[in-house]
Amino acid sequence: MMFDAGANVRVKDDWPESRGPVHIRTPHYVRGMQGTVLRRLGAFPNPEDLAFARPAPVRALYHVRFDQPAIWQEGHAGDEVVVEIFEHWLEPA
Amino acid sequence: MNIVETDGEQLLIALRSVLAAKGIASPAEIAERIASTDSASPGQGARMVAKAWTDPAYRARMLVDGSKAAEELGIPMRGMPPLGVLENSADVHNLIVCTLCSCYPRAVLGYPPFWYKSAGYRARAVRDPRGLLADEWGTVVPDDVRLRVVDSTADYRWMVLPLRPAGTEGWDVARLASIVREGDMIGVTIPKV
Repeated sequence: MMFDAGANVRVKDDWPESRGPVHIRTPHYVRGMQGTVLRRLGAFPNPEDLAFARPAPVRALYHVRFDQPAIWQEGHAGDEVVVEIFEHWLEPA
Repeated sequence: MNIVETDGEQLLIALRSVLAAKGIASPAEIAERIASTDSASPGQGARMVAKAWTDPAYRARMLVDGSKAAEELGIPMRGMPPLGVLENSADVHNLIVCTLCSCYPRAVLGYPPFWYKSAGYRARAVRDPRGLLADEWGTVVPDDVRLRVVDSTADYRWMVLPLRPAGTEGWDVARLASIVREGDMIGVTIPKV
């Protein structure tokens, strides 16, 4: 999926780890969280496939900003965590 | 105990043999990569920072394409992951971490410090960045400055362009580079005169 800068997105609340061996670069702490796309960083082969020496399709990578206190239910208002997330983990919020 | 006989060393020898036998990575290619990472150091990053502080056009180019900016200063970036440079300002303080492993801009800064790879740093940086910085480095990010934690989760490698401290007016790039430390480019410290 393509997202513009400023788009509100949600990280899929999916846990492939529970279904078998995987290599996932989307941190647990943002699964299911809502954030904002800062910009598209480029497109890169999917590390989830590279890790298992499978053919790895190129996927768009986005820089996504999350409100830091919202993740942990504590923290300093206004602080943020910015994470590189592949397009297939994002859906419009 | 002979260090060449440890399990880790034997595994490394076996892995290097297989990589060579399968034509994936020759000993020469591995040695070349080791040499280039060995020659990288925080000093390289400091040179980039000092140039950005004194040359607004370079600063602008660096923020758009960090890899190209590094290459402009003779830092080899061919085949290396893209470099992203994040600028500190009066409003934002950036802090770099890799919670998943230890992704770090090795091509520019060399090997990461041991604490960067620690479970403690990687866990606390996203959870309690202000407490972490104050407790471990005495760095206090003011209340009215937003703290942005950047988790290096994919192909980019990130470094911070810190704020130029007061009291450095008229300094040349060499003198400016001499006050930029490794921690300043990770975001755990702030350059001082």
